[in-house]
Amino acid sequence: MAKGKVTFNENLCKGCGLCVAACPKKILELDKTRLNAKGYHPATSVNPEECIGCAFCATQCPDVVITVERF
Amino acid sequence: MKEGYTLVYKRPDTLLKTRMHYCPGCFHSILHKLIMEVVEEMGIQNDVIGVSPVGCSVFAYDYMDVDFQEAAHGRACAVATGIKRTLPNHPVFTYQGDGDLAAIGLAETMHACNRGEKFSIFFVNNAIYGMTGGQMAPTTLEGQITTTSPYGRDPKNVGYPMKMAEMVSQLPGVAYCERVCLNTPANVRKAKKSIRKCFEIQAQNLGTTFLEVVSNCPTNWRLSPIKTLDFVENNMLKYYPLGVKKDVTATEEK
Amino acid sequence: MAQKRVLMKGNEVIAEAAIRAGCRNYFGYPITPQTEVMHYMAKKMVQVGGNFVQAESEVAAINMVYGAAAAGGRIMTTTSSPGFSLMQEGISYIACADIPCVIANVQRGGPGLGTIQPSQGDYFQSVKGGGHGDYKLIVFAPNSVQEVVDYTYNAFDLATKWMCPVLILSDGAIGQMMEKVILPEPIPARTAEEMRDEKPWATNGKGKRTQRNIITSLNIQSDAMERRNNELQEKYHKIEGEEVRYETYKADDAEILITAYGLSSRVCKKAVDIAREQGLKIGLVRPITLWPFPTKVIDEFAAKPNVKFFMDVEMNVGQMIEDVKLVVNGRKPVYFYGRTGGILATAEEILEQIKAKM
Repeated sequence: MAKGKVTFNENLCKGCGLCVAACPKKILELDKTRLNAKGYHPATSVNPEECIGCAFCATQCPDVVITVERF
Repeated sequence: MKEGYTLVYKRPDTLLKTRMHYCPGCFHSILHKLIMEVVEEMGIQNDVIGVSPVGCSVFAYDYMDVDFQEAAHGRACAVATGIKRTLPNHPVFTYQGDGDLAAIGLAETMHACNRGEKFSIFFVNNAIYGMTGGQMAPTTLEGQITTTSPYGRDPKNVGYPMKMAEMVSQLPGVAYCERVCLNTPANVRKAKKSIRKCFEIQAQNLGTTFLEVVSNCPTNWRLSPIKTLDFVENNMLKYYPLGVKKDVTATEEK
Repeated sequence: MAQKRVLMKGNEVIAEAAIRAGCRNYFGYPITPQTEVMHYMAKKMVQVGGNFVQAESEVAAINMVYGAAAAGGRIMTTTSSPGFSLMQEGISYIACADIPCVIANVQRGGPGLGTIQPSQGDYFQSVKGGGHGDYKLIVFAPNSVQEVVDYTYNAFDLATKWMCPVLILSDGAIGQMMEKVILPEPIPARTAEEMRDEKPWATNGKGKRTQRNIITSLNIQSDAMERRNNELQEKYHKIEGEEVRYETYKADDAEILITAYGLSSRVCKKAVDIAREQGLKIGLVRPITLWPFPTKVIDEFAAKPNVKFFMDVEMNVGQMIEDVKLVVNGRKPVYFYGRTGGILATAEEILEQIKAKM
């Protein structure tokens, strides 16, 4: 089981990519296959099993998109 | 929440549940978030009063669920003086950009700090005027191209960028002065501690607390949010070094 | 040979016309909706060897204008309504000291921080003197980008002739409009010698003068202050006799006159056309100089027996209407219709309002 779990409030995401850069495990990406309600590529966890719940992503996120839980 | 998981981070309730208008990747929204987290943790939501500037963050009062006053361009420190003198037991803060604080508002800023007005100043320095379309700011770097320095800022003609934190820390009325940045999670966490320190020192009536936050402007720097991090690290932070410039409480502890 | 026409923006032509009129010093502060003037100046001034300075505020900018103009230069600043408010003290000083300069105000909605949408809310501030004391500015209200070109270009000579500030009162919509214009011939910047000759009163060093020049607005003795005021009033009377500009549109046989200036006047022209198609005898009187106000032409219409009433249309809650009423002096009713918030009334809407009064 992953140590951490991140949830994205997708429609607030502006696809800025700062969380992608901040993640130490490099498990976040902007989903280029789809757009959110505002037309941005939303950030998402592509490898949730590796999440350590460090909350670097949520800390860096300007739009407070991410909720982080830790086991 | 799944069984066995504890919450590590969620949006503070002191931030209104609206979408912030700032450009993707702008540090303004990070700072808004941090101030509201501190307000929530310190339990001062019902006491604190903020003063918003003219600039990109003119709508700051639409995002923070606390009492707010809008000030004319540059006058936030004068407005905050009025508020704090009337309500000395309430925490008061200004939130200003580089045009607001260091250009048109320079006199108000310096005099409030000189008088040691007991409020906190949060100064967002991104070396450019955002809202009005990318003009040169007092903090624009040497050689930086803006819409009013189209050939690059020439110090021989228009002077060097102003280091506000260093200038303000010279004034005896200032109790705490620090420069922070929001470009990495570690720096964001440090900045949050500094915001808290500003409110704590304000509560002790020791003088003005001043926090300069080195920030970015993807739109007017013409860089993607990720590339602005490079400019912040390689250009901004080289000229605007981070660190505590003055702390009256540190002297007392010795 | 047909003159070449270029497609340009209302804000940008302020800068281009000023440079063509020999302006080589610009001081200003960014404010929406006139920032394009600054961007254009920042690029162009360097190219013509002039000075572009972004001041720390509008208060600083107008005082830079005061210094530069009193030293004999052809000087301009531009701003928008809240910035214009900040400049009022400086303008009062400049007007009292008989200093020529050109100011452009690209109006936005107020009061307060307001909106960036256009408005005509600065009429009082411009015409009645927003600063302290008894003074006037020559105020032009263009309603097209070509007029912005022409009045800005001529403003420098006019300011020099009368030794007073000239104001170009534009607004956020005209500032953003793009229309084809014919640009005037550029005149070369004055040399230092030419500046001394053109403005023998300027503070540019005693040189060969036997007397030193002092530029001040301090008149601390009462008889000196009264004398200064009388001199200013005498000058203003002369300007009123010579510099009034206005336009009438289908007004000769009109029974109802619309008074409007600037952006409003463009819509009112359309209202007049629609009215005429419907057989209604409606015309327009458009002041082009808001000061000196075209009192004579309005007075003539007020005296005509076939004129039923006036309808004043502005993008505010009623400012120029007071001057219209003063001239009409109770002889005919003067009604008002205005929208604020940047909302421009449509021609049909204005006509409905007029019909309601008929």
